[in-house]
Amino acid sequence: MKKAVFVYSPEQLGYKFSDTHPFNHKRLTLTMDLLKNIDALKDIDIVPARVATEEELLLAHDPKYIDIVKRAGHGELTEAQGESYGIGTEDTPIFKNMHEASAQLVGGTLTAVDYVMEGKSEHALNLGGGLHHGFRGRASGFCIYNDSTVAIRYLQEKYKARVLYVDTDAHHGDGVQWSFYEDPDVCTLSIHETGRYLFPGTGNITERGNGQGYGTSFNFPIDAFTEDESFLDIYEKAMREVFEFFKPDVVLTQNGADAHYFDPLTHLYGTMNIYKEIPKLAHKLAHEYCGGKWIAVGGGGYDIWRVVPRAWSMLWLEMTDQEMPAGALPQAWLDRWQPEAPVPFIPTWEDPIPLYEPIPRKAEIEEKNAQMLDKALHIIRIEKRV
Amino acid sequence: MIVEEIMNEEPYTLAPTNTVLEALKLMREKKVRHLPVVDEDHHVLGVITERDIKEALPSSLQDEPNSAVFNAAVEEIMVKNPLVGHPLDFVEEVALTFYESKVGCLPIVSGGKLVGIVTTTDLLYTYIELTGATEPGSKIEIRVSDTPGILFEITKIFNAHHANVQSVLVYPDSENTQNKILSVRVKTLNPLAMIEDLRKKGFDVLWPNLPGVSL
Ligand SMILES: [Zn+2]
Repeated sequence: MKKAVFVYSPEQLGYKFSDTHPFNHKRLTLTMDLLKNIDALKDIDIVPARVATEEELLLAHDPKYIDIVKRAGHGELTEAQGESYGIGTEDTPIFKNMHEASAQLVGGTLTAVDYVMEGKSEHALNLGGGLHHGFRGRASGFCIYNDSTVAIRYLQEKYKARVLYVDTDAHHGDGVQWSFYEDPDVCTLSIHETGRYLFPGTGNITERGNGQGYGTSFNFPIDAFTEDESFLDIYEKAMREVFEFFKPDVVLTQNGADAHYFDPLTHLYGTMNIYKEIPKLAHKLAHEYCGGKWIAVGGGGYDIWRVVPRAWSMLWLEMTDQEMPAGALPQAWLDRWQPEAPVPFIPTWEDPIPLYEPIPRKAEIEEKNAQMLDKALHIIRIEKRV
Repeated sequence: MIVEEIMNEEPYTLAPTNTVLEALKLMREKKVRHLPVVDEDHHVLGVITERDIKEALPSSLQDEPNSAVFNAAVEEIMVKNPLVGHPLDFVEEVALTFYESKVGCLPIVSGGKLVGIVTTTDLLYTYIELTGATEPGSKIEIRVSDTPGILFEITKIFNAHHANVQSVLVYPDSENTQNKILSVRVKTLNPLAMIEDLRKKGFDVLWPNLPGVSL
């Protein structure tokens, strides 16, 4: 069995709102080129993303909404007509063939699912996916179709699997959470910057699921200005306890790379260090609990030059058990892309130390995050004692 | 916003002759802490709260239904002639009543009859909704001078970006009474272009702000 496959098709790059929009899948090209430069990604590892069928999209979306997306992408819808569906807004503008491009991203995640569940590879990665803000009948926050929701329903129907969804994007994984809020067989875990200031505003610790699904939604809202140590402390404790509690058959991780200090849309102070550690633990726990079944998708990440290519490369390197690189980035890669980049590259795999001025209220922020973690996990710690 | 829009229109009620034990059971079953006591014509006679019952008990440890208090009629321990509200009261008036009289609920009366009930929890939820925190959005805080027309200048910028404003709160600035702080929630994941325009127009954007500033 292969260790991992890298799902990608050039058509995924068709998911493009405009030249100036912050969501930019050029980061896929930059990441793949970086990996190829260090000889860590070979053509044989790459499998093409299929296109999700309409029937598959219906697992997570209203037919009426799918129709709206189709019409928008074919020039048959005005912005005003799309607005109540979140289409044609400043965040999610209309672009040509938006349905086709979105279905291709969903298809990529389904391809990854099939590879893992049919035992063709232990793990699979679709960096084009991870669009966690998409709702049943509405686009939101750059996301049109919610590939993770479709994939989890597909995992349930086709493979009868119990799924743990882990979301480390700096924004709350609201779309996926609400999709499975009442479902006891899907557990969602999201670590994100608190919604007090940041989009979407949800993801409070009190959002725990509803009805039968009560106790299978976990949220860990961390404070603005949270740094590596506190982020990783929350992540590790949350992951271990939730895996132990839920005992999933398969884990799907969303790997947004927007919790980095450089990210323009968030206010967390992560460095490359967290992007090395996040997949390491997910990988380890997938083997401990799920026989290795680990599907990973991309997500946010708006510094596409300095942050995303390095962060996502590490994800792939971890999946394939390749040695973590250190020191200089390949000169050829820097030379090729620096002329296009509006910012000077960080020329090494690690971030420089220090990357930023010390945070005045570091100790208080750490204390607050630790308190939040205890409250968020209280519900399963209690059960354990009984 | 008026009380009618946030009140519970079908409150559970008691008759004056119901026992304290019945009141307690109803509270636990329906997960409420306040019950209006009404006569047959739905005139409000009083209010009984979980706390009234606890205070009437000889000891807080005595939770077994053998105390005489449990068999007493609610009219013996209820608050008689309670403060009431009207469906047309403004929500902020009710908030002030709660704050000043330290009551936890207000029966709403119209035409002499009970038509609803409002509790501090309902009010708190209304407040949360007013802040826009229940809908996807980014928060922007701006310090502005306290002069007419300023809000118009700001909303013009949001309008230019087709941004849907979900809520606007105006606070006094604790540092300078000449200023106000506007806290705006906008339905967008990417507020950067709007913030840039606000700054270009000379507005002092407090959040999101540059690294290292106080929280
Ligand atoms: Zn994000």
